Amino acid sequence: MSTTPKALYRDEGIVLRTQKLGEADRIVTVLTRRHGKVRAVAKGVRRTKSKFGSRLEPFSHVDLQFYTGRNLDIVNQAESIRSYGNDVVDDYPCYTAGTAVLETADRLTSEEKEPSLRLFLLVVGALRALAERTHPAGLVLDAFLLRAMSVAGWEPALTDCARCAEPGPHRHFSVPAGGTVCPACRPTGSAMPNPVTVELLDALLTGEWERAEASQGTNRREASGLVAALLQWHLERGLRSLPLVDRSESAVPRREASPA
Amino acid sequence: MYEGAVQDLIDELGRLPGVGPKSAQRIAFHLLSAESTDVSRLVAALTRVQQEVRFCVTCYNVAEAEQCRICRDPRRTDDVLCVVEEPKDVVAIERTREFRGRYHVLGGAISPIDGVGPDDLRVKELMTRLMNGAVTELIIATDPNLEGEATAAYLARLVSPMGLAVSRLASGLPVGGDLEYADEVTLGRAFEGRRRIDA
Repeated sequence: MSTTPKALYRDEGIVLRTQKLGEADRIVTVLTRRHGKVRAVAKGVRRTKSKFGSRLEPFSHVDLQFYTGRNLDIVNQAESIRSYGNDVVDDYPCYTAGTAVLETADRLTSEEKEPSLRLFLLVVGALRALAERTHPAGLVLDAFLLRAMSVAGWEPALTDCARCAEPGPHRHFSVPAGGTVCPACRPTGSAMPNPVTVELLDALLTGEWERAEASQGTNRREASGLVAALLQWHLERGLRSLPLVDRSESAVPRREASPA
Repeated sequence: MYEGAVQDLIDELGRLPGVGPKSAQRIAFHLLSAESTDVSRLVAALTRVQQEVRFCVTCYNVAEAEQCRICRDPRRTDDVLCVVEEPKDVVAIERTREFRGRYHVLGGAISPIDGVGPDDLRVKELMTRLMNGAVTELIIATDPNLEGEATAAYLARLVSPMGLAVSRLASGLPVGGDLEYADEVTLGRAFEGRRRIDA
């Protein structure tokens, strides 16, 4: 009789999404620290008496034990590390931004079980910032999207020309070219965003929050539009949650950041 | 593969939620061997559901007339409105016999990741109902999961300028359970929603 090696494995991860399966089961999609994206069946979690149903909601940071299945793995045990859901869900702008973070992480990891530690850390950081209201939700989302694109190898050029690397700054911005472009490389139909907007994108990408938070609403809207266009270009299909993101001011006051 | 009608029946049954190919085959062969009166009764029930059942014009619960049984009932109070996700939630709450107000069925919960936003639910219809001033208390009874909580938070923010009393169903420990087996999220909620015992 053959024995299956490594039938059980353990990892921590963020629950990206859940789908109903059968009478009381769920398929949970988890972005794990060491195994990348894992889709696994959580049996009986929709029953009110389930031992770990509440731990496997989206936005939960959990320590999981999986049992290797034939098609999908099976969640064997779940322990909470931190549930960001309760803090995020109180505030609609935060919740919609958070779901866009989770959907992006799901879409950027097309291959299951391919480790993506940097993306995992980015998702944890974004959810923590949203839960603790350390920065406006819209800016956290755009910063996450820019950095996630950067991790995926699609970092936009925001100073030098995206095509010939001519030192900038340049006035024109081309989504297909991947950022700012010099007059010589500029394709037809390039946008001419406000230079302050491009500076805001740069601040979000490099994590200069003071500079980003000092920006005006019009620049933030323009920056969000450019980020969404860049992401859609690379993913080839828009995110379902991105048009539903509520970019209004958060109704819940900012909290003091808790120690990590 | 079976021939014609049998395979068509298996295919159609297999499209039902929770019914896989094996179950579809088992149900199909059960129907083939069943009494013809039983099959006719099933066909009549399906036809009747398709032709007669519609959504109540007031609360969007399933109804056989223009309004559902609950909206037509004059003994129920008009000042308390309970918001639920699905018609089956109305049935679950009715089983408790604790609630004598009216309902409003949203038709789902806000779930951006599935592309469902407030405009895809019957939120506008709810606001129209609240505008006439008859309702003084709103009970939000969406599911105790993330989408349900987000929908509740969204609705609470939306109706806050109206000055209504807005409440959310309590969540916590199941009756008949052991405290030691409760998970920390549920137990935390139970602490948040604890109530005073008046001796």
